[in-house]
Amino acid sequence: MGDFFFYITAIAYALSTLVYIAYLFARKDGVIRYAEGILIGGFALHTAALIVRWAEAGRAPVATLHEALTFFSWITAALYLAVLFKYRLRVLGVFVAPFALVLLVTASFLPRQALSLPPALASYWLPAHVIVAFLGNAFFAIAFFLGVMYVIQDHYLKSRKLRGIYFIMPSLEIIDELNYKCLQYGFPLLTLAIISGAIWSETSFGSYWDWRPRQIWSLITWFLYAALLHGRLTAGWRGRKAAIFSGVAFAALVGSFIVINLVSGGAHGLLR
Amino acid sequence: MNLVIVGLNHKTSPVEIREKLSFPAETIGEPLRKVTRGYGLNEGVILSTCNRVEALGVATDVEKGVWQLKRFLSEYHNIPLERLDEHLYSHSGEDAVRHLFRVAAGLDSMVMGEPQILGQVKDSYGYAVQHDTAGVIVNKLYHKAFQVAKRVRTETRIGESAVSISYAAVELAKKIFGDLSGKAVMLLGAGEMAELAAKHLLASGIRELLVANRTYERAVEFTRGLGGTCSAIMFREFQHYLKHVDIVIASTGATSFIIRPDQINEVMRERKQRPMFFIDISVPRNVDPLVNNIDNAYVYDVDDLQGVVASNLNERKAEADKAGLIIDEEIEKFYRWVKSLDVVPAIIALRRSCDAIRKAELERGIAAAGELTDKQKKVLEAMTSAIVNKIIHHPVTHLKKEANRVEGDLYVDAIIRLFDLDVNSGEAKKAGGGEE
Repeated sequence: MGDFFFYITAIAYALSTLVYIAYLFARKDGVIRYAEGILIGGFALHTAALIVRWAEAGRAPVATLHEALTFFSWITAALYLAVLFKYRLRVLGVFVAPFALVLLVTASFLPRQALSLPPALASYWLPAHVIVAFLGNAFFAIAFFLGVMYVIQDHYLKSRKLRGIYFIMPSLEIIDELNYKCLQYGFPLLTLAIISGAIWSETSFGSYWDWRPRQIWSLITWFLYAALLHGRLTAGWRGRKAAIFSGVAFAALVGSFIVINLVSGGAHGLLR
Repeated sequence: MNLVIVGLNHKTSPVEIREKLSFPAETIGEPLRKVTRGYGLNEGVILSTCNRVEALGVATDVEKGVWQLKRFLSEYHNIPLERLDEHLYSHSGEDAVRHLFRVAAGLDSMVMGEPQILGQVKDSYGYAVQHDTAGVIVNKLYHKAFQVAKRVRTETRIGESAVSISYAAVELAKKIFGDLSGKAVMLLGAGEMAELAAKHLLASGIRELLVANRTYERAVEFTRGLGGTCSAIMFREFQHYLKHVDIVIASTGATSFIIRPDQINEVMRERKQRPMFFIDISVPRNVDPLVNNIDNAYVYDVDDLQGVVASNLNERKAEADKAGLIIDEEIEKFYRWVKSLDVVPAIIALRRSCDAIRKAELERGIAAAGELTDKQKKVLEAMTSAIVNKIIHHPVTHLKKEANRVEGDLYVDAIIRLFDLDVNSGEAKKAGGGEE
């Protein structure tokens, strides 16, 4: 049952992605409305898939790597829909739909069985840690997409050759403002994720911090985002520079996640 | 009816040629009279703007008409035709109608969809009426052209954006800043173009407008004209205000750059890298193009803005196609009317209409008279027919005679209206042979 919802969701995201791509060429309001409709439908199915999975596993479905990626995909879509309804930032969906799809497709290649957690790891700190961490990551992902949009639009405006998607992009200032806002939410969440991870580690292993690769990497990411926020606040970093920096920070985030989890097989290698 | 247009525009000729060919509005009566009397055209209109010069005429023969108009342009302005010819285009018949409709609707303008040209076309028609060179074809044609322009304006979105360079600049500003309320603008130089841009910006709700002009009094006067949130500043002090403004519109007559990269680097630091948009509508340019290389600073000169206008239009190609359909539709309507002007169908319609009245009245009369012999009926029949034929004899002969003259169409039009005729041109074509 959970699998069924999972695959239908993936198909919906794939369809939505295709329609979004069509929108880039057609640039007609009618087209993007379809893409959004399909994305919202896919999100509803995705939610159903998560609930079913939760019921089947008897715990929050965020433990295995398959579950984690599925959850990341879901929370990014959720955050995007919130941004869409609040700021009417429609073009952003062009990035979010394929991103959610890629996460689901990656998840589908990973072992799907719902492992029961070893007692050492079973704690309320686990779902708290994972949810906070992925919500933060979702903010960073959207900040990254906004950064890409900024760089594209800035390129059009600087080259003074206005073509194609220039016409459907929002204004530079709005993109920059939202990028900043995403960092302002993402950074405290990342901080909380590190703290909750440390506490979870303490309850499970009796030590807050023992310099595992995961912890080192998250610290590096934290410093990158801290530097970016600091630069924005004090040195007047903005626009293109800030957009590129948020891209670098997000690359570090994704890179550390992929490397550590693929090497270790999920949940930071704790489930072995 | 053979409509011919000969002319040149911004696409076919450089400005040096266009300015030599222009006809000033004050003295346009003379060339208008010349083109109709001296060059044997039935009707004539001359359109002369800074981007195009066109002469339109109604000729009896297309090729001759085109040749005459070319000769007229060359001889009137004393430019040998060999030099002129490569820049001239000519349209005739349906092509000419389409061309005029496209011009009036602004589809052929440098800035597609711009509304100014319609006023200029209206003026050109007004001169023709005033100097008595507009006949029935030109009257109908131009009224149709105004209708077409109106339909294109209301039914497509061509005119909506990209109306002018200053409008394109405001659109760009919105792409950079989003909402323009809360933004401050500085005008360097208080010329006509700057005023237009300022009005657009004020309409978009900017917070503040600073005006710097070489002569301070002119700046003060300028701000008075705009009212509200505008204030004049001394020109030599403008650099101190740069850090407070988001948009700079430069249009001074300065011969060298008055805004330079080193200066803007400093300003950007002071304003914490908030974006700045420089609109340089002056020739020679006032803003060093290198300023565009500074992060968050965007510089657009006149050529860039024209490029923006062009790409806005490209994006609106669908709208242009829609406008094309409207024009096709109206051309068809116009030709339906033109065909109705053919003298033969008009005569047939006149005969048929009169005969129908005669027959109806005859029947009524016979019915009222009671018992009549066949012979009596025949006499009545012959008599009424003779009356009708005699009455319409002169109109018909005159119509036939006038048909090929200057005012021929006017006669046909008058007959159609006076007798309220329903001219079916298709059917008339078939019957046409017998009539002639």
